[in-house]
Amino acid sequence: MTRRTVVVVGAGPAGLSAARAAARAGAEVTLLDASDQVGGQFWRHASRPAHDEHRYHHGWSTFTALRDVVASHPRVTLLTSAQVWALERLDDGVRLRVLVGPADASGREHLTLTPDALVLATGAHDRTLPFPGWQLPGVTTAGAAQALAKAERVAVGDRVVVAGAGPFLLPVATSLLRTGARVLSVHEAATPASLARGWGSRPAGLLGAAHKTGELGGYVGTLARHRVAYRLGEAVVAARGDGRVEEVTVARVDARWAPVPGTERTVAADAVCVSHGFTPRLELAVAAACAISPDRFVVVDDGQGTSAPGVWAAGELTGIGGAEAALAEGWVAGHHAASGAVDDPAVARAARRRDRSADFARRLEAAHGIRGGWTAWLRDDTLVCRCEEVDAGTLRAAACATGSADLRSVRLTSRAGLGPCQARVCGRTVAELVGADAASSPGDATEAPPAVPDRRPLVVPVRLGDLAALPDDPT
Amino acid sequence: MTARPLTITLDGEPFAGAEGQTIAGMLLAARRRSWRTTSAGAAPRGVFCGIGVCFDCLVTVNGARDVRACLRRAADGDVVETQHDPLPEVTS
Ligand SMILES: Cc1cc2nc3c(=O)[nH]c(=O)nc-3n(C[C@H](O)[C@H](O)[C@H](O)COP(=O)(O)OP(=O)(O)OC[C@H]3O[C@@H](n4cnc5c(N)ncnc54)[C@H](O)[C@@H]3O)c2cc1C
Ligand code: FES
Repeated sequence: MTRRTVVVVGAGPAGLSAARAAARAGAEVTLLDASDQVGGQFWRHASRPAHDEHRYHHGWSTFTALRDVVASHPRVTLLTSAQVWALERLDDGVRLRVLVGPADASGREHLTLTPDALVLATGAHDRTLPFPGWQLPGVTTAGAAQALAKAERVAVGDRVVVAGAGPFLLPVATSLLRTGARVLSVHEAATPASLARGWGSRPAGLLGAAHKTGELGGYVGTLARHRVAYRLGEAVVAARGDGRVEEVTVARVDARWAPVPGTERTVAADAVCVSHGFTPRLELAVAAACAISPDRFVVVDDGQGTSAPGVWAAGELTGIGGAEAALAEGWVAGHHAASGAVDDPAVARAARRRDRSADFARRLEAAHGIRGGWTAWLRDDTLVCRCEEVDAGTLRAAACATGSADLRSVRLTSRAGLGPCQARVCGRTVAELVGADAASSPGDATEAPPAVPDRRPLVVPVRLGDLAALPDDPT
Repeated sequence: MTARPLTITLDGEPFAGAEGQTIAGMLLAARRRSWRTTSAGAAPRGVFCGIGVCFDCLVTVNGARDVRACLRRAADGDVVETQHDPLPEVTS
């Protein structure tokens, strides 16, 4: 009997869990990750985990158990340093193109996979709204600070301001403190009123869903011990410096996130870490023709199946629910991708855990979701597209000149979003600024919007030499 | 810790670190904040996203251009060069 083959892309909480579930359900599993370690963003760790590695992570023992299963299970092939760079749809499934080897190296090994079923668990990355000076060295995403602290114990600066929106700012500030940085303050754009709307009026409400309470409560305690102020209804509205950040301006914002005139104050800092939420890595899902919701997540059914036959999705790709949700979704996705038994009690329990965490995602959006007033801190010369260095004034002029909110012509005229990051950083912002964002118009959740910024035939730039070395496909 | 020490150079200047560190991590640990100059504005850039998404951190490593410093683990003796000039090679 030939076993059903399942490929899982992404070895974060969702992908690890999916790979284990699929193997347990009897499939032959290949688990791929572009990184040279498993764990994804949540369990990004030192190359040689330190004896106190668990102090830097939540659920470290959950991770080591999953890692050990995928490393030793006879039906799991684990491929790290394996970048999926393209996905093509075939009549009866999909074909994945993979390069295996050190990041961006030339001469990496080509691999082509045509599994019976595919689980996408590619996660998300920070969404950072532009502000004057955000292109200066020393301004990073909050995720960058977190990744460098967790994996290398390196702090992005000595005197650091953390800002943006969402509970993620708290672990980031804590990690910075652990790596020896001085965290000057944490600025959360959400006002007390919207926090109360999302999390309830008691401070413990912010700490929300049951399992998150202990975790976030611990962060708040650490910040208090280090006398780090956690300020609500404030935003970093500018950074200045000669060739690097030297000072940042913080201002109060109103409920719509518009800065309140006269409340600006300037702080000397050599780093500022800013994140306004997460946005999923959609390119493989878009290439597979999965339906995408207006708020840009992969639409899935109860079994985590996407609208594309043979393709399942789990984790941040399907909604920002945190690692617990990702683990539960991965379990359900992996099991169904492997055609596991419909009445498996463990899978039913995982599905219930997933359903409970849907509430967390809703509260997160209600409390910390991006509000339109932020554009008031943009100036005409504020860069929006960092790659092509296109500023807000140029973008608005292009939108006027083309006389429409047609994203494609605005991008071609201004060059916004045409640089090497392929609009990952600015795509949604550009769309919002020119009024072309699908998310801003209520629509049918099952209809795929044009998703223009996420359509990237090549998931990452590929060297011409590597394209030339591509083996012929069996026909 | 027990990780083996290693050295790389950036435009000839030596930087010390340990096995397992990325090129960006080594440079940041030495308080170096930028190593690329943009094409249009000739402005300095270093790490922004830290996870391979933004392409701000590109360097040339042992002669190969457009390597994301935040993803590439340093190898002892790596010859790293800063990049400026035309926009990085993209084939999409
Ligand atoms: C930088 C960063 C740091 C974070 N830190 C925390 C934290 O400390 N605490 C917290 O609660 N939440 C954190 N988050 C939120 C985080 O996204 C979730 O908690 C959780 O990691 C989501 O799990 P996931 O399995 O959906 O995705 P991820 O953990 O993001 O895993 C996705 C994996 O897919 C791989 N991948 C993506 N595309 C490809 C491809 N084309 N080919 C091959 N592999 C691919 C990636 O390398 C990655 O390992 C962080 C997010 C980011 C972006
Ligand atoms: S810092 Fe964004 S790709 Fe390296």
